[in-house]
Amino acid sequence: MTIDWTNFTPWTSLAGGILIGIAAALFILLNGRVLGVSGILGGLLPPKAGDAGWRIAFLLGLFCAPLVFRFLAPASFVHAPRIDASLGLLIAAGLLVGFGTRYGSGCTSGHGVCGISRLSPRSIVATLVFMGAGIATVFAVRQLF
Amino acid sequence: MHRITEFLIGLLFGLGLLLSGMTDPAKVLGFLDLFGLWDPSLALVMCGAIGVGFFAFALVKHRTTNLLGGALHLPKARQIDRRLLIGGLLFGVGWGLAGFCPGPALVSTAAGEIKALVFVAAMVVGMVLYGWVDRRA
Repeated sequence: MTIDWTNFTPWTSLAGGILIGIAAALFILLNGRVLGVSGILGGLLPPKAGDAGWRIAFLLGLFCAPLVFRFLAPASFVHAPRIDASLGLLIAAGLLVGFGTRYGSGCTSGHGVCGISRLSPRSIVATLVFMGAGIATVFAVRQLF
Repeated sequence: MHRITEFLIGLLFGLGLLLSGMTDPAKVLGFLDLFGLWDPSLALVMCGAIGVGFFAFALVKHRTTNLLGGALHLPKARQIDRRLLIGGLLFGVGWGLAGFCPGPALVSTAAGEIKALVFVAAMVVGMVLYGWVDRRA
């Protein structure tokens, strides 16, 4: 392991993490729900009567974030995402992420942030599994092939 | 009223993802590249988020309602079962292949990235496929 000091962004990452934590905190405190994006989206497939409005409101807010970010943040903070994967790989990855997050009842937000925050053994195990699988996959792609 | 707070919380969450670097797949893959050139930034995202979230969940732990008196929907599942492990494994492989997890992929799609849209379309198909498998199980 070598630390990538040139790309290390401790302050913006910590600040962004705190905003994510505040959002998750407000969601459980004011709306009584766990902020888990895969569950919020998956619950709309298909939508159920009386259970769709809050999901759509949250997702609309999420969709407005890039526009608001461009308006609020200094220009040096606004970066286009660097997506190196080919279209075929993006499709395979999307299928795995979509199916896997629903099958395993959560993703980085639901298990990783909220689940660990409430010290849920299930979420701690899930996070270790998906982080471990992600690390193993990047190792395989970059070092073995 | 609730629709407004949900909208604003979604917005705040998205701003956090953008500021943190989570919406940049190359940065996410740099974090997952533990055995190569490792960018530890996303560990700080987790620390910041959990550092705040911990107190909120501790506050509701012994409550039966949220702070506004409404229902509290906490997960009831306790078991570490095959589904949790296999689901996490499949998700992790997909995450490691593209560097996208669900929230950041939606935000990057909203930013107009066509490749993120392709990922999200496949992700939605994967979620629908889950619904199909789940109904048959």
